[in-house]
Amino acid sequence: MDLTYSASEEAFRSEVRAFLAAHLPQRLSDKVRKDQHLTRAEQEEWHAILQTRGWLANHWPVDWGGTGWTVMERFIFETETALAHAPRILPFGVSMIGPVLLKYGSEAQKRHWLPRILNGTDWWCQGYSEPGAGSDLASLTTSAVREGDVYIVNGQKTWTTLAQHATMMFCLVRTATGGKRQDGISFLLIDMASPGIEVRPIKLLSGDCEVNAVFLTNVRVPVANLVGEENRGWTYAKYLLTYERTNIAGVGASMAALDELRAIARSRQRHGRPLAEDPQFAARLARTEIELENMQTTNLRVLVEAGAGAAPVAESSMLKIRGTEIRQQIDDLTRRAAGVHARPWLPEAFEGGWNGAPVGPDWAGPVATRYFNDRKLSIFGGSNEVQREIITKAILEL
Amino acid sequence: MDFSLGQDRQMLVDSLRRLLAAKAPFAARKDGAFEGSGWSRALWQDMADLGAIGAWFDESHGGYGGSPFDIAVVFGEIGRALLTGPYLAALQAGHVLAAAGQTDALAALIAGTSVVTYAEEEADTWFDPAAITTRATPTGAGWVLDGAKTVVAAAGSADRLVVVAQAPQGLTTFLVEAGAPGLTIRDYLLVDGGSAGDIGFAATPAVLIGTAGEAASVIEAARALALVALAWEAVAVMDVLRDHTLDYLRTRKQFGQAIGKFQALQHRMATLALEIEQARSAAINAADRASGPRTTRERAVSAAKVTIGKAGSLVAEEAIQVHGGIGMTWDLALSHYAKRLMMIGHELGDEDHHLARYIALGQDIIPA
Ligand SMILES: Cc1cc2nc3c(=O)[nH]c(=O)nc-3n(C[C@H](O)[C@H](O)[C@H](O)COP(=O)(O)OP(=O)(O)OC[C@H]3O[C@@H](n4cnc5c(N)ncnc54)[C@H](O)[C@@H]3O)c2cc1C
Repeated sequence: MDLTYSASEEAFRSEVRAFLAAHLPQRLSDKVRKDQHLTRAEQEEWHAILQTRGWLANHWPVDWGGTGWTVMERFIFETETALAHAPRILPFGVSMIGPVLLKYGSEAQKRHWLPRILNGTDWWCQGYSEPGAGSDLASLTTSAVREGDVYIVNGQKTWTTLAQHATMMFCLVRTATGGKRQDGISFLLIDMASPGIEVRPIKLLSGDCEVNAVFLTNVRVPVANLVGEENRGWTYAKYLLTYERTNIAGVGASMAALDELRAIARSRQRHGRPLAEDPQFAARLARTEIELENMQTTNLRVLVEAGAGAAPVAESSMLKIRGTEIRQQIDDLTRRAAGVHARPWLPEAFEGGWNGAPVGPDWAGPVATRYFNDRKLSIFGGSNEVQREIITKAILEL
Repeated sequence: MDFSLGQDRQMLVDSLRRLLAAKAPFAARKDGAFEGSGWSRALWQDMADLGAIGAWFDESHGGYGGSPFDIAVVFGEIGRALLTGPYLAALQAGHVLAAAGQTDALAALIAGTSVVTYAEEEADTWFDPAAITTRATPTGAGWVLDGAKTVVAAAGSADRLVVVAQAPQGLTTFLVEAGAPGLTIRDYLLVDGGSAGDIGFAATPAVLIGTAGEAASVIEAARALALVALAWEAVAVMDVLRDHTLDYLRTRKQFGQAIGKFQALQHRMATLALEIEQARSAAINAADRASGPRTTRERAVSAAKVTIGKAGSLVAEEAIQVHGGIGMTWDLALSHYAKRLMMIGHELGDEDHHLARYIALGQDIIPA
């Protein structure tokens, strides 16, 4: 066994760090560190900075503007950018529809859509879930009926993240009924400016407006926007769901959040000593640190396996479950560290440019909001219950 | 033994429930709790008229009850309706006024005509009154206060404040009028609705209540009652979360069946139900021991806070999780109950604080 990074991986890490030091605007990393909302323009700015360096779609093939990085290099990149409080790369274009088009799209579709992802022309959103189809995604009912060279789409999508900014939506629609439910689903690319589309915000318990309901009424979608074959969409949809494994545990983001929490535990005094020396708080913190340390190695083990060509199904689900639990624990401890100062609600403080005085320590403002908002982590991306189903199916073989 | 509430208390519960169902439905509460001061003065008056405030005090103090169980049932209904407003602070303030024989101020509180909040906590006290730094200085005419308090309930919308400060003699309580000179208030909304504020005192005139230097035991006893109240409120909130979640498990269908058919979820609901019953017992214990000797009382209220802290996080998180995406939404009552439950953990000391306290208090009674 050898748990060290190779010399070339170390060199790569230094290269990423140097790049971040030179090109990540502090304006953006400050906002990320303070949990402030990024505007659409700021998100696009970061994508553009990465694209200038050729690192935006880093897991795409080199021919299409990717980097040819190994899974380990991608892991290093993701960890380093998170530790530097860089904005995350929005997954919908680069990590979701991009890989689907690369594998299943026509030559014309690739040529048209992929460059637009890289140069920021399109902002994609994911139209999978419906009010009646969440964990049981195959029960979706949004229908697409072919009339000549268009599909007429009717139905409703929901929980559509950042649809308010999106120019395009990749969307699962029903094109056949009767047979096996999975066999009547198609994968369409829908222009969000089409007549008949209405986007309504859904306010979350944290007060955030990041998800939407998308209503589709007689929306006309060119047949040219069908990906792959009609009624084969389920295969493409599942490919997308299992594609992105390197970052599923969010280890880098959790490491960054844990660093912040450690600093808080050292500076925040309770009953005359720092929280880091409070036996109960210290025990909670230590348990979380240990879990994260273990998770990092579990994650690396899965990556090495994946790099060798294996498709670790149960292990991916393990990364998703424990990775999200760890992040939620860190949020929970940060909330606890704030004491009474977790209670005030100053939503204006989440917007950039706010320079009012905080109530209590300056990090306390967003802790409750962050805690509540991150309950989503164990719900979306395949809920943690669904992940446990996957694990038991894989290991129990009943 | 008898675990029933008794006829009088049941009547109070029934009338409060009717009042709150009529005047504080969730549809109004949802956004109302985040507008203006985040609580309703008119409803406060209705509560007082029904005897909900008087129930906290015995007849010798002009009230209609005064047993910890009377306090408990009122706060249970406050929890069930997710009522915002400085009720908990008024409970503490009222008991300080009662102990000091402040008959007039207490009568106005009970009548609902004067809303009295309670200012003890400071930025660094973490519910240890010995760490209070707000200073009280005697002047020829009376007293003045200097210092600051944090997250004081309804600071900007109450009529008066009971303030705990350090006098030359030691911990002392004072009454301060809203609008007193040298009083600055920064008001803000709270994560779970309602409002609080940071208060600054600069040579603010204050009226001594009680005996200078002898407030420690009075404020501890008042806090014990407030912990009983919070425990009952928390249990009521947990009951609502459990009921809403069970309903959802019966009606939400995925994979062609009610999600309540999935054993993975069934067992988790069984655990929730168990934890809630343990929390209810802790709340009952706390109310029972709250009239007992100090160590017994304080251990029981700390035990209750430890229990509702642990059960509360579990119930809030599981209720959201089992609902899936819809559990994350502002428009669903459930998410507001979950937020309230989590934020109860941040009031009057968290579970770690009370576990340490429970252990420390136990040193007195564990045989060597
Ligand atoms: C903040 C947020 C952002 C999202 N963004 C998007 C997006 O951009 N695009 C998109 O398409 N979707 C998005 N989603 C939707 C997300 O994928 C769904 O919420 C998720 O699939 C769960 O579906 P559901 O909410 O309908 O819950 P349900 O499927 O109704 O599940 C309810 C509960 O039952 C459990 N459950 C279900 N089936 C089983 C089973 N067989 N065994 C045991 N337990 C089970 C679930 O785990 C959950 O606890 C988002 C969700 C959230 C909260």
